[in-house]
Amino acid sequence: MPERGPSERARDFKEVTLGYTEEMARGEAERCLQCKVPTCIEGCPVNIDIKSFIGRMIEGDYPAAVSVLKERNALPAVCGRVCPQEEQCEARCVLGKKGEAVAIGRLERWLGDYDLTCELDHRCVPEVGAPSGKRVAVVGSGPAGLACAGELRRFGHAVTVLESLHATGGVLTYGIPEFRLPKHIVQAEVGLLEEMGVEIRCNVVVGATYTLDELMTAEGYDAIFVGNGAGLPVFMNIAGENLNGVYSANEFLTRVNLMRAYEFPKADTPVMRGRKVAVVGGGNVAMDSARTAKRLGAEEVFLVYRRTEDEMPARKEEVHHAREEGVEFKMLCSPEEILGNEGWVTGLTATRMELGEPDASGRRAPVCVMDSSFVIDCDTVIMAIGTRANPLLTATTPDLEVTKRGYIVADENGATSKPGVFAGGDIVTGSATVILAMGAGKRAARAIDEWLSRDAE
Amino acid sequence: MFPIVHTRQLSDAVFEMGVTAPAIAAKARAGQFLILRVAEGGERIPLTFSDWSAEEGWIRFIFMRVGKTTHALSHLGAGDSLADVVGPLGVPTHVDGVGRVAVIGGGVGAAVAYPVARAMCDAGAEVTVILGARNADLLILEDEFRALPLKDLVITTDDGSAGRKDLVTAPLKELCAAGALDHAMAIGPAIMMKFCAATTREFAVPMTVSLNPIMVDGTGMCGACRVTVGGETKFGCVDGPDFDGHLVDFEELMSRQRVYNDLEREADAEYSRQCSCHS
Repeated sequence: MPERGPSERARDFKEVTLGYTEEMARGEAERCLQCKVPTCIEGCPVNIDIKSFIGRMIEGDYPAAVSVLKERNALPAVCGRVCPQEEQCEARCVLGKKGEAVAIGRLERWLGDYDLTCELDHRCVPEVGAPSGKRVAVVGSGPAGLACAGELRRFGHAVTVLESLHATGGVLTYGIPEFRLPKHIVQAEVGLLEEMGVEIRCNVVVGATYTLDELMTAEGYDAIFVGNGAGLPVFMNIAGENLNGVYSANEFLTRVNLMRAYEFPKADTPVMRGRKVAVVGGGNVAMDSARTAKRLGAEEVFLVYRRTEDEMPARKEEVHHAREEGVEFKMLCSPEEILGNEGWVTGLTATRMELGEPDASGRRAPVCVMDSSFVIDCDTVIMAIGTRANPLLTATTPDLEVTKRGYIVADENGATSKPGVFAGGDIVTGSATVILAMGAGKRAARAIDEWLSRDAE
Repeated sequence: MFPIVHTRQLSDAVFEMGVTAPAIAAKARAGQFLILRVAEGGERIPLTFSDWSAEEGWIRFIFMRVGKTTHALSHLGAGDSLADVVGPLGVPTHVDGVGRVAVIGGGVGAAVAYPVARAMCDAGAEVTVILGARNADLLILEDEFRALPLKDLVITTDDGSAGRKDLVTAPLKELCAAGALDHAMAIGPAIMMKFCAATTREFAVPMTVSLNPIMVDGTGMCGACRVTVGGETKFGCVDGPDFDGHLVDFEELMSRQRVYNDLEREADAEYSRQCSCHS
């Protein structure tokens, strides 16, 4: 897939990858063997009929291909960009065993974009079922909530999505940078849900503006899906962490993505533009933070990770892009203390690590190398080491069972301890991927549909 | 959009604004805050409620014109709208069973002290309010406080142009020394809250402060508002904004409040160039 050169793209926030042309998309689709028993579908958390949509593409019937895609996924242009396809559908492609798997994700993206650039009345808007007379509130407009809302609408329920921020999309909007997922793509796909009749209300904090109980009683919803994500950023609890210049990845990315701080002072929200930036972590959020810092003009960006590159949870493609753009990897380094002067960050002390025996997760646990501390000269530190459950909603719903760490307890279909309340996505599983959250949202939608019809009997 | 229904200029740089927001008004409690955005492209700023009416569906807040966003806000009037208002956020101030309490409002902090004092009176507390300002012109809500069933209202100004020529800590110290307080609550500039906390610590009078760290989302997601309280990191938005004044690291709070000073000056200068009505 064509992409912009590293030196050019690392200076702006425009999309890195350019996507296929129609000719390339057709060519790639034609590589598909149309297996009798397609294994790719098993690898997809939402079971998109991959064989069939690629089949329609080979025939050149793109609207039909889009329609197959949308039977299972309301956000193809988003998922085509951010799903870890290499570990999912593409990992199961038989062509991958000997050569290169069909680039299913890129085909999905091309079709999603094709649909979004269609004239309005030619877009594929999934059919909505006959009105059921039931109303469902969906908490959060991130991937889990949007997937759930779309599915519930198809079943004919009235759906209201309640979003605490002023913009929809959740992590797709505040977390994933413009250069990897343009916001207009997210907004356009959310727009299609609205065309299906999903009502979206921003600026509503469930747990504060309304409690879950108030939604069920005063507001009259028959069921609720909670997909509010895993809100709170995690810090390391090391000295100097509250110095000026230390950001959580959530804050840094929210300032830049949601509040468009890279356009400051045209946009009103500022962000510190570090000259030398250390990003702590090895996931996609760490890569996004490092590449964003580079685009804000940092001369040097260090990625500090306590294991090796092999153990990094980030997608290979993102690691590759980050390295191409000049992010310097400091592997086997564990932060010890953030150094400061008059309240501002001046450096980060780290200890060298080596890999020891495999731990419970199967990964080799990093072990400190004695007397190996060294200082990374930097003026900004971004902590991208994960999130934990936000207590705002659960604190005002005492009868909703949560785990010791505050995550909502839900079965595989999203049913919680509270009748009529379902949950899915990061608030149940802890931070995962966009598509896993969408899968959880869809499963919950089916369970809610069943629950509502049982309720009617 | 959130329609503005009321504006009032309280002093040269301090304004009151009322907005229609029924869902928020129905839930607002003393000590809680809202986050607003003036318009598209605007920043999210937290402001604590100064008043609300659940019946009539409005909320009020008071702000000081200091930077670009508050300048823009000060130019709006009834009939205009705000792009976004969200809330009520934060943990309400604890008002039950506080006993004999001093509520200290410094400068614009009086706006927050007012509903706190009112809620404490409603909860049966014996409330003394200490209002402090640099001068008489900067005193706000004096009439509103006088209408409350307070035990006493003490006014201090730096220059003596109204009330006592003193800092708020002077009457606070007297009340502490007289053994007349079970609790104190301070809302105002960080430096004032720091000195109030130092005063009450000396007499072992429990002290609550309402902090105003920088925020973005206001729901715990970003961690911008983190403050050190008793050696632990807390989030101002979801754990606060009220904290034990004797445990707060005020130096760190004040340092973190200054992070964007330079950038804010830049934004304000840019705004002045573009906006001819800028005063």
